[in-house]
Amino acid sequence: MIDSLIMLASGAPGKPLFSSPAIDSFKDVVNFWSQPQYSLPLFTILFVLMLVFYRKWSRPIPAGLILVGFSAIYFGSMAIDSNYSLILTKADNVPITIMLFGVGICLWTAFREAATNDKAIEEGKPIPYSDRDDKVLVWPDLVYIELICLVLASAALLFWSVGLPAPLEAPANPAGPPNPSKAPWYFLGLQEMLVYFDPWMAGVILPGMIVSGLIAMPYIDTNPKGNGYYTFKERPFAITTWLFGFIILWVVLIVFGTFLRGPNWNFFGPYEYWDALIQVPLTNINLSDYFWLYLFKSELPTNPFVREGIGIVLSGAWVLAFLTVPWWPLMVDNIPGIGKVSGFARKLFGQMGTIRFLILAFHLAIMAMMPLKMVLRWLFTLKYFIYLPEFNMNL
Amino acid sequence: MIQAIIAYITSTQIWNSVFRHGVPRDRRTRVMAIMSNVFLHLHPVAIRKSGIRLSFTWCMGGLTFFLFLAEAISGVLLMFYYRPVPEYAYSDIVGLRAHVTLGLLREIHRWGAHAMIISIWLHMMRVFLSGSYKPPREFNWGVGVILLVLTMLLSFTGYLLPWDQLAIWAITVGSNMGKATPFLGMQGPLSDLPQLPGGVALVTVRSDAAYLLLAGTSVGENALMRFYVLHCIALPVVTAILIAIHFWRIRKDGGISGPM
Ligand code: HEM
Repeated sequence: MIDSLIMLASGAPGKPLFSSPAIDSFKDVVNFWSQPQYSLPLFTILFVLMLVFYRKWSRPIPAGLILVGFSAIYFGSMAIDSNYSLILTKADNVPITIMLFGVGICLWTAFREAATNDKAIEEGKPIPYSDRDDKVLVWPDLVYIELICLVLASAALLFWSVGLPAPLEAPANPAGPPNPSKAPWYFLGLQEMLVYFDPWMAGVILPGMIVSGLIAMPYIDTNPKGNGYYTFKERPFAITTWLFGFIILWVVLIVFGTFLRGPNWNFFGPYEYWDALIQVPLTNINLSDYFWLYLFKSELPTNPFVREGIGIVLSGAWVLAFLTVPWWPLMVDNIPGIGKVSGFARKLFGQMGTIRFLILAFHLAIMAMMPLKMVLRWLFTLKYFIYLPEFNMNL
Repeated sequence: MIQAIIAYITSTQIWNSVFRHGVPRDRRTRVMAIMSNVFLHLHPVAIRKSGIRLSFTWCMGGLTFFLFLAEAISGVLLMFYYRPVPEYAYSDIVGLRAHVTLGLLREIHRWGAHAMIISIWLHMMRVFLSGSYKPPREFNWGVGVILLVLTMLLSFTGYLLPWDQLAIWAITVGSNMGKATPFLGMQGPLSDLPQLPGGVALVTVRSDAAYLLLAGTSVGENALMRFYVLHCIALPVVTAILIAIHFWRIRKDGGISGPM
């Protein structure tokens, strides 16, 4: 039913409601800028703006305008492009839309409360609802909320189920993989990572470290503030890091994987036709090739560890930098002319201790390796830092 | 007349054996209503105003729990109609639509699963953004992370059961990652290190991590059976136990967090 409504709204499949040369050039611009090397930095800029201006946009009017504007582009695009509406209305992609709006609206309420609370904190007033004895009885206040939520959620689930049949494709055929073969949507961030990393990183180490990092988080975060209420000002580092991981490296990459990756896992803009015949030549180059062939104009050494030495050293240095740089000020205390530089470091280690810090730094180093490798791929077509096929170990 | 009937019913021994208190209209009976009901007594009798606001919890934990229950019920009903062998799996799914009255079961189960993934992520985001993982709730956050993994595994194992093209190839993509596990997967780094004395390789195509998951070298009938058992028995039972611990700990950690 919803399917056919959407079909109606967007014209017959294959022909958009509106088309004109102006719309076509708009589509070209969007398709171009959606390529990961442009859009991911753009999203990151938007993300930073969101954090910097959280008090401004979280007010009802700007937030409402953003919601309306985004919805207009997001759903309105179906009227100008049939490839786009095909992707958006695919039954298994409907959850992505729900997730996007869910994350957006929840972020809004969180930052709206954070803005209110932060203002109260600045003015030295108590945070709203901070009276511990301000209690209500569970019956009726909470039980009724739960009942209403239960009814609404059941209705929504039933409506969704009546309106949208669960898809079923052709029977399993072990000899004929579809192109593209995609993992379930909630793992597509990891599958997108396969573009940049080998499966042992994208499929094992990265998810493993997401889980270990999440479990370790409450023990690493020693900041006693912001316990039990929304705030940004009192814990900017924790919120920035965590949300960068969740929004940019998880949610945005899922959108890429579902909406913008077509046959052969090639990239397609939102208004592009998924042409299975397009072949993108693989021109990526290993760091060791850059080093020996281009820089030294020599042959690759036969010993794999010598060959990959530069990559091993640089990758090690990357992790080591995260583990050690914050300690350096402790060693060069009292620089003449500048004075004490160790104040922050002392505070940090006084609060955290060595073990907490090392666990945090290691997770940050690996997390930061994801955007690092993406950027290097886009700028220098870098394939691997370390290329050791002898041990199935490529990084 | 109606009054008299109600008065009679509520005075019978049967009624009074079930409901130990009057209609929850005053403070005493309202407290009794929560305390004398096994499900409601998951709650405290009184709760801070900060915690019941929709703008604080977004009701996402509760919604996740609701969806878990909806999945359990629709899942049990689906088990009546489904046989986890390649000969029947696909046609049973087709038959579900054709032959079962009000054939919404599969829709409810599938969309409910997607919704649960979304609601659990949002629940985690709210707990993070409101700093509710901080002491004394560190452990319950950890329980939550395990629940998150279990929920995604539940969804992943269920993805295979319709036995269509989408199913086996999505699971193939996913389980191929298992082949790349360091030390334990055939194509993973350093997989030739685990050896018996005398140089007998321990990790082979027929003994690596992916083989453990699939009970075969590719997604076939053994994998279907394995995923079915995991999906319908092992994972739900563990998840239910952990949810019980999760709720218990919310109470023991002092109820929903709030500003001091
Ligand atoms: C099956 C999955 C889950 C269910 C059914 C569930 C259910 C709930 C419910 C009903 C609450 C009460 C408050 C609220 O609704 O926000 C709650 C609180 C909490 N949940 Fe979950 N949850 C689940 C998964 C998770 C996950 C994935 C995390 C974190 C990674 C988590 C961490 C917490 C914490 C720390 C609290 C206490 C928050 C506070 O006191 O303010 N839970 N959970």
